Amino acid sequence: MKELRKGNEAVAEAAIAAGCRCFFGYPITPQNEIPEYMSWRLKEVGGHFVQAESEVSAINMVYGAGGAGVRAMTSSSSPGVSLKQEGISYIAGAEVPCVIVNMMRAGPGLGGIQPSQSDYFQATKGGGHGDYHMLVYAPASVQEAADLTYKAFFRADYYRSPVMILGDGMLGQMMEPAEIPQAIDPATLPKKEWAACGHNGGTQRVINSIFMNPDDLEAHNAHLTRKYEEMAKCDVMSESYRTEDADVVLVAYGIVARICKAAVDMLREQGIKAGLFRPITLFPFPYDAIRKLGDGGVKKFVSVELSCGQLIEDVKIGLYDSKNRPQVGIFARVGGNVMKPEDIAEHIKNGEVRSSWIK
Amino acid sequence: MKQIIVGGFGGQGVISLGLMFAYAAMKDNLNTSFLPSYGPEMRGGTANCSVVISDREVASPVISRPDLLVAFNTPSMAKFLPLMAENGTAFVSEEFAEPYKGRADVVAVPLHALCGENPKGQNIVTLGAALAHAGLSMGAAEEAVRQVFKNKPQFLDANLRCLHAGAEWAKKAVRA
Amino acid sequence: MDKVVFRKPALLNDTPMHYCPGCTHGIVHRLIAEVLEELGEHDNVIGIAPVGCAVFAYNYFTCDMFEAAHGRAPSVATGVKRANPDSTVFVYQGDGDLASIGMAEIVHAATRGENMTVIFINNGIYGMTGGQMAPTTLPGQKTTTSPHGRSALEHGNPIKVCELLSTLTGPAYIARTSVHDVKAVKNTKEAFKRGFTMQKQKRGFSLIEILSTCPTNFHLSPLASLEYVRDVAMKAYPLGVYKDIGLPV
Repeated sequence: MKELRKGNEAVAEAAIAAGCRCFFGYPITPQNEIPEYMSWRLKEVGGHFVQAESEVSAINMVYGAGGAGVRAMTSSSSPGVSLKQEGISYIAGAEVPCVIVNMMRAGPGLGGIQPSQSDYFQATKGGGHGDYHMLVYAPASVQEAADLTYKAFFRADYYRSPVMILGDGMLGQMMEPAEIPQAIDPATLPKKEWAACGHNGGTQRVINSIFMNPDDLEAHNAHLTRKYEEMAKCDVMSESYRTEDADVVLVAYGIVARICKAAVDMLREQGIKAGLFRPITLFPFPYDAIRKLGDGGVKKFVSVELSCGQLIEDVKIGLYDSKNRPQVGIFARVGGNVMKPEDIAEHIKNGEVRSSWIK
Repeated sequence: MKQIIVGGFGGQGVISLGLMFAYAAMKDNLNTSFLPSYGPEMRGGTANCSVVISDREVASPVISRPDLLVAFNTPSMAKFLPLMAENGTAFVSEEFAEPYKGRADVVAVPLHALCGENPKGQNIVTLGAALAHAGLSMGAAEEAVRQVFKNKPQFLDANLRCLHAGAEWAKKAVRA
Repeated sequence: MDKVVFRKPALLNDTPMHYCPGCTHGIVHRLIAEVLEELGEHDNVIGIAPVGCAVFAYNYFTCDMFEAAHGRAPSVATGVKRANPDSTVFVYQGDGDLASIGMAEIVHAATRGENMTVIFINNGIYGMTGGQMAPTTLPGQKTTTSPHGRSALEHGNPIKVCELLSTLTGPAYIARTSVHDVKAVKNTKEAFKRGFTMQKQKRGFSLIEILSTCPTNFHLSPLASLEYVRDVAMKAYPLGVYKDIGLPV
């Protein structure tokens, strides 16, 4: 049944529905509703909640619980997610499934607490050390936040990999009618034979990311890379809106994509053939889908983002091999500011293609 | 589509009024989004929230030009009234309405009088007064009020009276 | 029929240990294995290895194990224990791992009373990275990053972990032991048994600090290293039980 739900709470309840039974977190605005919700809700379903002494500790608790075979999650916002990067690198290296939520706020440093998308590089290009990636989902509504969080646990187990839900303060704080996916009983999930949970029957299981022999580590890197290549084939998701005959296509993810959708409708009413391309997975990025738009009649792409030129880099990579090599520009607000549909529409009507977000 | 902004001081029921608009919209089988301001400003400073109601999928939850503005204080009026869409309507407490006298798009609501013996019911009176402008049904608004007071049933009846008082007043005093 | 008077504990395998000659890690590994087997817990154990010389501890134990990031072993163990409350978890940490980079993690695991047993190896030096100053390096002790000897003014003072953690309400059992002679080894085994029994009976957090050697970086023979522990280290770090909330009778 649809209920009016806050983004953060929809993420939390969807995690419960997906069988998440361990949550470890540390308070930071604007994601506090997630640990708050988990602190009472996990008790009801026989799970465990720990408010850790730091984000560093919380992500390592996730490593422990996930490595022991339980579906586990942590959530934070930008400065806290920076602290988690060490742990995420170990989790990726040791192939521990888990879900990490980042409700982004503006940076760098302590920055502000208002919405932002400035952790795009950190999330998609490997925020910690070493060669690794993780699936990054960018929901654009409370319903999608619930659906993608639910899905994230299944894909995390499938790949034995961390999966990130990348939202922003707006998504976390806003409310919309949403339905939580059907709850599963985690006891019915297939047993994780690799998990370090004791009673190993004589075959030791080690959760580990250390490979001192370069050949062994290279083989491990190849194994991880094959996973990322499979993700690029099987997991990539995007949405195209009114792009069929578009001359100009806005590229945006998350709530910003919805602001763009309103801008596209405004522009269409004024006779400008605008469309929207929305990556739903940020890693893997839907390079093929955007290249196909570039191969068609689109003359111009505009990356609309709450960051100083991050998303635009993947837009350019995607269009690099397109036949027509369309123009690529940027329109951004940062610092916690959010553009309005009219701002975007006006920028597109002006017709200029900016290479820098600064006016 | 209706785009609503509610503004006022923290503690005036700004956020819960926005929520009630969204909840009532959901009960009327409409699509809706509710976007609050958040952070330190919630702790005693100014608060505002944006509600979009639409029979189609809600595109932007961020509003630039509200069709319906509810302002519980002068700063909110000053901030949001200039942004109001053509044909938009602002609802403001009578006590701050003096500067806008004569403007057809500003409705001065006698909040204190309509609240009766329930002085905390100003936001619910406003929900009733603005209901027709928001395109919402009285049944859905009643359910929204019930939802807000589900854990404080002792206050429910007084607030439902406020809702009806606002709606009855608007029927006589406001041109839809 | 011959009688078996000595055998390898089930929790250890046949892999030759990589530790330097005279290092006491091997003794401590064996004591953990013996105690867990005697308590009947050897099939129910999950171990957490640190960063430091014991980083490869999982090569020697037969139980399931995690290799944690530097200092984070108590947090990893917290996750393991919450996921699997009936398992027996041992956390193995050195002085750099526990008392420097992982100070927050160990203090908070202790104060939460996490039901785990921490084996804390204190030899007063960074072994794996080549003999740098540790948080427990003694005043006057020369290391590669305090070449003229640790000075309180310049480098600060050593941290006394048992004394510090025993001020907290969470811990059930905290003791400092040594393995410098047979009697000390036997006492250490008793302390391990007490700690793991606390865990088995869900009494909460237990930590046993073992004064240990690093002949390689002490630049002393194995024997002289043990004498150093007896004559110097034990004076700065007195052995004893710092906290024991008791077991139900």
